Amino acid sequence: MTAQDTDIAILGAGPAGLTAALAAAPSGQRILIIDEQALPGGQIWRQGPTTASVPARDRRLAMLAQYPNIQWASGTRMIASLKPGHLLLECPTDRAWTVYYKTLVLASGARELLLPFCGWTTPGVTGAGGLQALIKGGTPVYNQDIIIAGSGPLLLAVAHTARQHGARVRAILEQTSSAALLRFTAGLVAHPGKLLEAARFLPLLASTPYQADTHVHAVRKQNERLIVETRTRNGTTEILDCDRVAVGYGLIPTLEPALALGCHTTPQGILVGTDQQTSITGIYAAGECAGIGGVNLALATGRIAGLAASGQDITTALRQAHVARHFAQLMHRSFALGAALRIPPDGDTIFCRCEDVTIAAVASARTWRDAKLHSRCGMGACQGRLCGAAARLYWNWDQGTPRPPIGPARLGSLLLDNDAPNQHGPSCKTTVTPRADRQS
Amino acid sequence: MLTYLNAFLTNFLMPSPSKAFIHVRVNGQILAVAPYTTVAAALALAKIQYSRSSVQGMPRVPFCGMGVCQECRVSINGLPHMLACMELCQPEMNISTEAS
Repeated sequence: MTAQDTDIAILGAGPAGLTAALAAAPSGQRILIIDEQALPGGQIWRQGPTTASVPARDRRLAMLAQYPNIQWASGTRMIASLKPGHLLLECPTDRAWTVYYKTLVLASGARELLLPFCGWTTPGVTGAGGLQALIKGGTPVYNQDIIIAGSGPLLLAVAHTARQHGARVRAILEQTSSAALLRFTAGLVAHPGKLLEAARFLPLLASTPYQADTHVHAVRKQNERLIVETRTRNGTTEILDCDRVAVGYGLIPTLEPALALGCHTTPQGILVGTDQQTSITGIYAAGECAGIGGVNLALATGRIAGLAASGQDITTALRQAHVARHFAQLMHRSFALGAALRIPPDGDTIFCRCEDVTIAAVASARTWRDAKLHSRCGMGACQGRLCGAAARLYWNWDQGTPRPPIGPARLGSLLLDNDAPNQHGPSCKTTVTPRADRQS
Repeated sequence: MLTYLNAFLTNFLMPSPSKAFIHVRVNGQILAVAPYTTVAAALALAKIQYSRSSVQGMPRVPFCGMGVCQECRVSINGLPHMLACMELCQPEMNISTEAS
């Protein structure tokens, strides 16, 4: 295997990554787009067997296809950075290889804040955005009763997708107050584009109960149905039944790659300057990983990062980001987590899904490290990606810097099996069709 | 250039629903799925009860849908610990869960 050299590496092929690539492409520099997913688009522009076309995404992909200086490494994740300018990448069905870059754009996106509640490990319970991703990937929900809960505008989008695929959305439960929801709606007036987007949810809202001040307290399985106990802010309980429950409390930035590279971060995102450059010269960050702000902010910051990383002028791109930041602030104010969700659930609730560790087993610990050593929480396959966020919320525990590898990786990848033939290397962009070849 | 563009369009842009179905094997059962279906979806379509059983033996199914939670780990073509939500079904793919 030979190491690959590139001028600009872009980590993530969501709206920010694709836009950064497109902004940098005219510079003629060699660009490598690295993406975990098999198909580009990230989460919001996810492609699947039945998903509708997204003009903004498809236009970008078509334009990128015309640049000979763009290369793709799809289905590929970063597992370590062992020295400056170096990335160790792994394609799980293949092997690992090394990339050396001059500049790097982190567009690693976000994941859902998934908080434990009694019964959240029951089959049929998923994340909210999680359910949307599964449906887009072809998971059937036809004729199923679904309850969507948690917080944020994403819940409406999830309900919309579920309905398009034949599900009956029994209720959308939003934890924030109705007053905050009203203020959010009023605030949308300053963002006509968003208002237009919201309008497409009107038929959904006309026929589906959208309940503020409410969260899912517990779920249990009974006769192949899920029994859902909801709670309101004033303590009222209601019992609903359904086939699926999807719960997500908004988005949190994916910081592991940035932490592994040594970039300064806060729990809200990677710290960047006006040109989207991180604390490390030559490493830029754009989109949700640099602060949750929605697709428009991802597009704006992606463009700035792409221009800056390739040494182009960013002045006009800065204006676009300003408006998008205003919307982000409105969203954060409106969907702040209520007090009931900031305290841990009952002691016998599973806290760490990987290792089946309960709340009671970790609640007496003083630090994250202490909790890990005594209970194994956060030491399973997900490496605390789920329970770590909950621990920060409940006990303000800091997770520190992840050690390499930053995710589960094969031993061969870590040994950098240099003698093995490189089956895909730079031509990874074809990973979508020739996977069958790799069975040999 | 045109061939290149065409290959890209068929690979990455809107999958056409008219394309032939792909046959995969899930715990021995042969299943026909639409192109671009994820392995996680194939598990659901095959009505597999769970993707893995937890440390205490509790059934788990795909949860986060985007490669974070690791609940959907299955074996694909003999390779263990593959994330079902991150992999697309490919012709002749052999998928198996612990339950098999």
